[in-house]
Amino acid sequence: MEGPRLRLLVGKVGLDGHDRGAKIIARALRDAGFEVIYTGLHQTPEMVVSTAIQEDVDAVSLSILSGAHNHLFPRVLELLKERGAEDIPVFGGGIVPPEDIADLKEKGIREIFTPGASTQDVIRWVRENIKPRHVSPGA
Amino acid sequence: MSTKPTKPTTPTPPGAAANRKGRTRKDWELETLGPTIAKRPERDVEFSTVSSLPIDRLAAPEDLDAWDPDERLGFPGEFPYTRGIHPTGYRGKLWTMRQFSGFGSAADTNERYKYLLAHGQTGLSVAFDLPTLMGRDSDDELAQGEVGREGVAIDTLDDMLRLFQDIPLDKVSTSMTINSPAAILFAMYLAVAESQGVPLEVLEGTLQNDILKEYIAQKEWIYPPRPSLRIITDLMGFCAKRVPKWNTISISGYHIREAGSTAVQELAFTIADGIGYVQAGIEAGLDVDVFAPRLSYFFNSHNDFFEEIAKMRASRRLWAHIMRDRFKAKNPRSWMLRFHTQTAGCSLTAQQPYNNIVRVTVQAMAAILGGTQSLHTNSLDETLALPSQEAVTIALRTQQILAEESGVANTIDPLAGSYFVEALTDRMEAEAKAYIDKIDALGGIVAAIETGFPQKEIADASYRYQQQIDRGEKSVVGVNKHVSDAEKPIDILKISAEVEVDQKARLAKIKATRDNRAVTAALEAVAAGAKSGENLMPLILEAVRRRATVGEICASMKTVFGEYREVSVF
Repeated sequence: MEGPRLRLLVGKVGLDGHDRGAKIIARALRDAGFEVIYTGLHQTPEMVVSTAIQEDVDAVSLSILSGAHNHLFPRVLELLKERGAEDIPVFGGGIVPPEDIADLKEKGIREIFTPGASTQDVIRWVRENIKPRHVSPGA
Repeated sequence: MSTKPTKPTTPTPPGAAANRKGRTRKDWELETLGPTIAKRPERDVEFSTVSSLPIDRLAAPEDLDAWDPDERLGFPGEFPYTRGIHPTGYRGKLWTMRQFSGFGSAADTNERYKYLLAHGQTGLSVAFDLPTLMGRDSDDELAQGEVGREGVAIDTLDDMLRLFQDIPLDKVSTSMTINSPAAILFAMYLAVAESQGVPLEVLEGTLQNDILKEYIAQKEWIYPPRPSLRIITDLMGFCAKRVPKWNTISISGYHIREAGSTAVQELAFTIADGIGYVQAGIEAGLDVDVFAPRLSYFFNSHNDFFEEIAKMRASRRLWAHIMRDRFKAKNPRSWMLRFHTQTAGCSLTAQQPYNNIVRVTVQAMAAILGGTQSLHTNSLDETLALPSQEAVTIALRTQQILAEESGVANTIDPLAGSYFVEALTDRMEAEAKAYIDKIDALGGIVAAIETGFPQKEIADASYRYQQQIDRGEKSVVGVNKHVSDAEKPIDILKISAEVEVDQKARLAKIKATRDNRAVTAALEAVAAGAKSGENLMPLILEAVRRRATVGEICASMKTVFGEYREVSVF
């Protein structure tokens, strides 16, 4: 692979236990050569943001199938900003109606994939849109 | 339309030797099939089920060479129940059309229930919101943004009273999809019955109450597996004495399948869970023939028509043998596997959503031919949001058309004796048995869950399936085949943000007006019971009467039982 290896956080926020999609994406991104950290279930936005900062990731990907996307996605953006890490891009996937996708993108969520998106779509999008935030020394 | 048979036009067409006695499959392959394939090969696809079980070109009598219909089929209503548990099939009574629903506040959902009952639905099925499913109150930090989103928000008995307002509980059967906090929500239902003056003995319904599949698939847990099983055996013991017509556990394959398992895995892990519950009941000192007849199952019906039918037919035969031979149950009702079916949510697509009506129809027909006792048909818009009233109506009408127009309910188990269906049924049974043996070797289902065995098998299967779709090896119309560019958005149900605000206000008011000393005493009694091993049900019932919240009662048990933490693998 050319360039430094991207480090991605795949997160499940809220009480939603539907982790089929998150695990498939985590595995597909790993198999595509990225470094993937999966948070596991039932994380608060605070926990996800802390992990993202501690692990110094290049992007955060959230999976939400509970209908709480309008609350949880913006909350993660807000907390990243509060902690001065708004340069970490956030994207995600789940059961999100089209008009909510438009709103969330306006608020700064970079992309939202819905049921039917292929893992190849996600990998391609990551390759095209996520850049290493900094070239880590000794990488 | 002409019905006159057409005459062969070539002098010696392939198949000319047909109808000769003593012809073997080999003869056919050599003389008839071979020349045809030489001229025109079969389609270049892998012929396999949606679960990747390879499927032969032709099922023929030799597939059933060693197959004894007396042993494998029996008669409807008789061991091993392959042909169904009712001697009359659907001629006596159709399946129960039971649409799972719940959203927003108890008042919103109560209105939807009355609508569904007025439109011919025959049973209620309660969908709770995520905080309730996780045993958390609407004012809990982790509940924020989730209140009333995926189901109805229930914090205290007052919400439950509102949910069933004007619905006489002696006239409906109610299914409640609730697991970790099942005992609490069930206690609330009993308290509603008390307030309506309905004796507990007449109540009919089902609790999902299947905690094992939560660790395996759906991930809505609170306590670790072993104390969770103890709460369940308390509930089974209580119901055997006080609520004898209640189905205490709906052992669920649905979520296992939705998590990405194959059909065989769904069958195997679900039956293994069933074995786990029966074992736990027996170990708790209950009589198998008292509690086992109240266990029921819940399966998924996915797109692969015959695979689903075979899975359901195999499940009955497997369970009958396990209950009779392994657990030595004597009561035939302990041997009968009764089940609810829901069509596969994971098979629906956000693209071209109207196509979902067709998928649901095929899946529902499979469930009927598989002999389901009740059925939920998904709505076309469920990959986008909770269903709108219009979409729910189409889903219900789909069942009514199948029941009243299609003719599939006229005769019992119409596919019996089909070379293909019987061979596939045998295969599903054999492959599921192999998994169950493996789980037994691991020390039973609880030990298997603790080592992550079923979780890993499912994660692998779901990843394989996704790759097959991504590579186009499995077709999904509208997603990787027959894709449309311009799609018109459809109207979907919106849950207003006020639901959460209002629910929190209601909860705050109850907390301020109830007798808090009585609540504290009741909660302490629950914790003491958790410690002492006393049956928890009467203690929980008292706590809900005192208006203790779902979250408070869970928290009191957590102090004794602890909390489950999953080690996540992907």
